[in-house]
Amino acid sequence: MARMSMVEAINSALDVMMAKDDRVVVMGEDVGVDGGVFRATVNLIDKYGDQRVIDTPLAESCIVGTAVGMAIYGMRPVAEIQFEGFMFKAYDHIYSHASRIRRRSYGYFGVPLVVRAPYGAGVRALEHHSDAPEALFCHIPGLKVVIPSTPSDAKGLLISAIEDPDTVIYLEPKRLYRLFKEEVPEEDYRVPIGQARLVREGRDLTIVAYGGMVQISEKAAQHVADEGVDVEVIDLRTVWPFDLEAIIKSVTKTGRLVIVHEAPRSFGVGAEISALVAERCLVSLLAPIKRVTGYDVLPPLAKLEDYNYPDPDRVVRAIHETMEF
Amino acid sequence: MSEMISVLKLDGTVDEEKIKAIPEDLIHKMYRLMVFTRQWNAKALSLQRQGRMGTLASVRGQEASNIGMGLALEPTDWFCPSFRETGAQIARGTSPKDLYLYFAGDSRGLRPPEGSRDLPICITVGSHLAHAAGIAWGAKIRGEKIAVLSSSGDGSTSQGDFHESLNFAGVFKLPVVFAIQNNHWAISVPFEKQTATKTISEKACAYGFDGVRVDGNDVFAVYLTIKDRLNIARSEFKPALVELVTYRMDDHTTADDASRYRTEEMLAPWREKDPIDRLRKYLTAKFGWDEKKETAFLEEISAEVEQTVRDFEAEPHPKPTDIFEHLYHDMPWHLKEQREEVARHQGEAAR
Ligand SMILES: Cc1ncc(C[n+]2csc(CCOP(=O)(O)OP(=O)(O)O)c2C)c(N)n1
Ligand SMILES: [Mg+2]
Repeated sequence: MARMSMVEAINSALDVMMAKDDRVVVMGEDVGVDGGVFRATVNLIDKYGDQRVIDTPLAESCIVGTAVGMAIYGMRPVAEIQFEGFMFKAYDHIYSHASRIRRRSYGYFGVPLVVRAPYGAGVRALEHHSDAPEALFCHIPGLKVVIPSTPSDAKGLLISAIEDPDTVIYLEPKRLYRLFKEEVPEEDYRVPIGQARLVREGRDLTIVAYGGMVQISEKAAQHVADEGVDVEVIDLRTVWPFDLEAIIKSVTKTGRLVIVHEAPRSFGVGAEISALVAERCLVSLLAPIKRVTGYDVLPPLAKLEDYNYPDPDRVVRAIHETMEF
Repeated sequence: MSEMISVLKLDGTVDEEKIKAIPEDLIHKMYRLMVFTRQWNAKALSLQRQGRMGTLASVRGQEASNIGMGLALEPTDWFCPSFRETGAQIARGTSPKDLYLYFAGDSRGLRPPEGSRDLPICITVGSHLAHAAGIAWGAKIRGEKIAVLSSSGDGSTSQGDFHESLNFAGVFKLPVVFAIQNNHWAISVPFEKQTATKTISEKACAYGFDGVRVDGNDVFAVYLTIKDRLNIARSEFKPALVELVTYRMDDHTTADDASRYRTEEMLAPWREKDPIDRLRKYLTAKFGWDEKKETAFLEEISAEVEQTVRDFEAEPHPKPTDIFEHLYHDMPWHLKEQREEVARHQGEAAR
């Protein structure tokens, strides 16, 4: 065990997998000599050389496009997109190819690719550096989408993603990169894709969250605990295909659901969860489902960022409204 | 490999014949704008270190490319910058205060001045080359005699958008000039790792139009070449690729640490090529510019920059509900509802 921040845990996952499996390559802008703009790939080039830790030209479409080709060939590429806001230049390769080759070769080829990108708001960044586009990937048939909330999950999930036979979009909440450290095993271990984590048990109300919203939901849960409201918090970890069983089980118990994500509200992950809960266990609900999310706006620049990024106060308010219904 | 166009030599001498199209007052304006840009930039970096400004791409070392481009455009032309064109934007009439506001995280700073034909800064590398081609296309279809200038970095030439935009410009014979500030770095990636061609200008042959290579630290050469190419684009519908050979003297942005990937030895030769020193030498030899004038001038510019900082910091904080504005021409119901939600929770002052 060693104390690691999330970004260190990600580095450790890449290191472990590169040591273990020489099909694993890391590629992207500034991932080599510089070690990545967030240092997620630091030192890897010294250990594994520039054939496997590749500083590419500035071209997201071709980074992911060639990574798709490498993956089809039998490599295990981990492509880094420097910020989530630049993934759209590569969207065609993700939407039209990475997610479709398995079906389009009738199971003959697969694309065991991981596309990593720093994700989300909360660090006072420039335009296109604070987006939360997970729903745009969840909506693509054939893709998996993972967003960790702790260092140890980050490592275990990334290892699972690299070993996964399908393409995984792995989004790293950049606000959490260095926010806190925890004990993380130095060797390889897995956190299974598709399995949620029960962060906190409770009787009265379920919160479903992921990424940077988990801690914020926990804070809100602690706050209302003093008022006697017992909140259960579920961290999805895998945003799609998510752990529906865990959600249904919890909502059936509590009868109340608040979903928290930083991404825009409309057509977001919260909408899908709400639909499934309505379809599967509507009769268990004691109050309408509530969503605490980013608004349907562009991620505001620094001065107004906090008004869009959900905070514990907004979650507490949603808990109160749900409890008082 | 095409030869590099250069007019103003390192020692400040020029072939006067070549610059006879540049009037004296324009030369002084170039100097003023270059020095203003450098001071504006230095102040922004220092405010950033104090937490009064957000992430910023320093333009130091690229003032000649910036000011040469900014001044070469006609007011009716369009300009499409990326993020290391702050000097060119200022030369074109963007308010230096608005640029401070923007980099301090206030999106009100993005609004172009009334009548402007400049797009806002483009952060996603390469995208705006297509917009430049499209604006030029529109103007051509409508018969408006203007040209469009886009500017981006060496890194942008790796993007599909670069190739696709230049191809369109060639196929449809668009009145557009693509300037590339080749500052030799795209964050940590050196030019040699960005492309296997020796120059950027030679790429133009793939699109059927001219590519030229210019000393980007020579404000006269930049100004004259861009102006010439804009004229040709405007009157003959011939696009061009102009490589401005310069150097990024600072970290990529305030979030970067260039010492991780580049050495002092790499920088040293470029210190000798400083664009402002070079122009000052010319002013000294030609117009008797001296220490006394320089000192008074620097004080004047610095007072202007300080005033800009005061104006920008005096700007009231934007209202929280501002985040809902300008997403659509007419705000739809869902945003009205969400705006109400914010106003309700933040109090009436939020509106
Ligand atoms: C599409 C896209 N990918 C990545 C980035 C992150 N990024 C910002 S600037 C930069 C390097 C740009 O290099 P260059 O085009 O040479 O311009 P310079 O910064 O040198 O002015 C990178 C990779 C971005 N802004 N947009
Ligand atoms: Mg560059």
